[in-house]
Amino acid sequence: MDDKVSIGMDSRRITTSQRETTRPFSLKKQPRLGESIIQGFLLFCGVLSMFTTIGIVIVLGSESIAFFRQVSIVEFVTNTVWSPQIDEFGILPLLLSTLLTSTIAMFIALPTGLAAAIYLSEYASRRARSILKPVLEVLAGVPTVVYGYFALKFMTPLLKSVFGEANVNIYNMASAGLVMGIMIIPLVSSMSEDALSAVPRTLREGAYGLGATRLETAIKVVLPAGISGIIAAFVVAISRAVGETMIVAVAAGAKPTFTFNPFEAAETMTGHIARISGGDLSYASIDYNSIFAIGLTLFLMTLGLNMISRRLVRRFREVYE
Amino acid sequence: MTTLNEDVKSGLPQGEASRRNVASRRRKGAIWRTIFLSATIFGLIALSLLIYNVANEVFGYVAIEYAVDPATVSDKPLDELSKDELVTVLQGNMRKNAFRTLENEKPMANRSDSEVYDLVIERVLKPQTLETWTLRDSWFNKAAIDAQVASDFPEAKLEFRSWISTSFLTTPMSSDPLRAGVRTALLGSLWMIAITILFAFPIGVGAAIYLEEYATDNRFNRIIQTNINNLAGVPSIIYGMLGLVIFVRTLEPITSGRIFGADSGNGRTIVAASLTMMLLILPIMIINGQEAIRAVPLSLRQASYGLGATKWQTIWHHVLPNALPGIFTGTILAISRAIGETAPLIVVGASTFIVTDPDGPFAKFTALPIQIYNWTSRPQPEFAHIAASAIVVLLVMLLSLNAIAVVLRNRFSKRG
Repeated sequence: MDDKVSIGMDSRRITTSQRETTRPFSLKKQPRLGESIIQGFLLFCGVLSMFTTIGIVIVLGSESIAFFRQVSIVEFVTNTVWSPQIDEFGILPLLLSTLLTSTIAMFIALPTGLAAAIYLSEYASRRARSILKPVLEVLAGVPTVVYGYFALKFMTPLLKSVFGEANVNIYNMASAGLVMGIMIIPLVSSMSEDALSAVPRTLREGAYGLGATRLETAIKVVLPAGISGIIAAFVVAISRAVGETMIVAVAAGAKPTFTFNPFEAAETMTGHIARISGGDLSYASIDYNSIFAIGLTLFLMTLGLNMISRRLVRRFREVYE
Repeated sequence: MTTLNEDVKSGLPQGEASRRNVASRRRKGAIWRTIFLSATIFGLIALSLLIYNVANEVFGYVAIEYAVDPATVSDKPLDELSKDELVTVLQGNMRKNAFRTLENEKPMANRSDSEVYDLVIERVLKPQTLETWTLRDSWFNKAAIDAQVASDFPEAKLEFRSWISTSFLTTPMSSDPLRAGVRTALLGSLWMIAITILFAFPIGVGAAIYLEEYATDNRFNRIIQTNINNLAGVPSIIYGMLGLVIFVRTLEPITSGRIFGADSGNGRTIVAASLTMMLLILPIMIINGQEAIRAVPLSLRQASYGLGATKWQTIWHHVLPNALPGIFTGTILAISRAIGETAPLIVVGASTFIVTDPDGPFAKFTALPIQIYNWTSRPQPEFAHIAASAIVVLLVMLLSLNAIAVVLRNRFSKRG
């Protein structure tokens, strides 16, 4: 009895071991259909962003080519009149007002944002930070159309009362620019603060040890060390101002004008695109093609600025450790 | 001790000049500290000015002239009347033919209380705003307002009005600011956001997983990453132009719903706007998602691999659950961006005057920011009041979304 059982067990053991020798267990990576499908889908998700970029380039490019068949590039970049009704397509008035509003915005946003960043990173107590940072975040989260309302209903009357009713147009570049500056402060301050906080503590301790005051440490040691991030923040801020639409669409005016006076109404590139495409637009008209030529200019400007910003960070980044 | 102290002192620079040097450096430090602090507080002031400026327009006195004085119509205040009493008022104050037309359109018995109430106001009282005042004036210059009303509009009634009210939320768009509401705009925004999330969430999370877990460091993947970072900096109006050409025009059979049998004429529909918004928020979602996934400790993955899990099992059962709070927070931030975004909607072609509720993804629609833009651009002061009220609705929506994000983050991080 006992023998038989043991024999039976033995025979079974033999059969299993035989099976294993015929199909040896492999440690190689097995193809798994499900996993490959999932990976394929994930790859598609990642690549979709490439299609977006390609789409933008093709859309802007092809419609612009249709535009430049009718208007020469030289006229486009040198003419100071933009008036589709009389076939004048010079981007300069739109470009000038975009640059003017952006410059005004930068005069507000860059110094204020940087000063706020220095305060938050070098001076503020934990308690002060916990109050001030959320305020700046809320300011960053307010939709731009609300800022447009603010510019038209608050900033313009304020400018009128300061500079005189007759000197300031209802729609003017100054109020749009100033409010745009306020809108961009949080962007500058949070990016610059990240750059300053990344500077190692030892550098500050070293400066204090040599008898520097807090201001001297901040300005002469921490700021130069974080300068790449700060400049990157500035460049991103400029690009944001150039591409901002709603504030200028509401407050800067709806007529392309070639003027250097910030209290005049003048339409910007983005404002013009918004106004023209907001109306009933015939897809076959040159008006329709013209907004893509403006869009292409805008896209190239912001893309260039963003690339400069990224390159600056890479080139001037100080690596510690 | 004293000797040591004196030793140290003698080692330091001494004399009047050095003391003056230190004092001036300290003074400079104090001055700049104040400057830095005031720059930070400037943000706080700007925010309070903005809020004050909106609130100032939301409440205030209104001089209203009625075609028929409400007091002569009934002896009780109108909003206390029952539906039957309101119908009687309507019958008594309208011409018979006009009343019959109304009855034919939709019988009074089938109309709701508020509909009948609105009819009484619209057809009988016919209120007209003559002049409106801001909250500040109403508060501080009540006497002047009374005097002005008495001399300029002797027939008018002065009422304190909150421009934002339940009826503002529930009535559709109207060309009369007294009766205009944000119902259609609110529903349009909600539809658009819902469909945007439906598309953007899986794709955004998928791309983040690909870039963090699967992508090796080669040229192709670096290009994808750089590309996403660049896309995050593209102005929103450019996305609008992309949406106009691709979704509204090229894919018109799909976005107008024609191939699904729900033709809405052209591609300027909710779906087209949602797809445009999806492209706009994807870079933000991907970047935030990547950060959340990167924050999951490597040891978790290695433990899972050690137990024989496959790559996807590890991601699905361990990486994603741990990254989820971060992903949710990022998603909510992206959605808040999409809700407030106006420029692409203008380009894609959200209409401004829509009185019927959107009934599906292929409906024509309007959205809250579009409505705000439209009302802000009107010169009449009444429209500033309803623009401000719509801003309040939008801001409350955004604040509650952000509150949800904070709650989510706290709850998940406590569990972890």
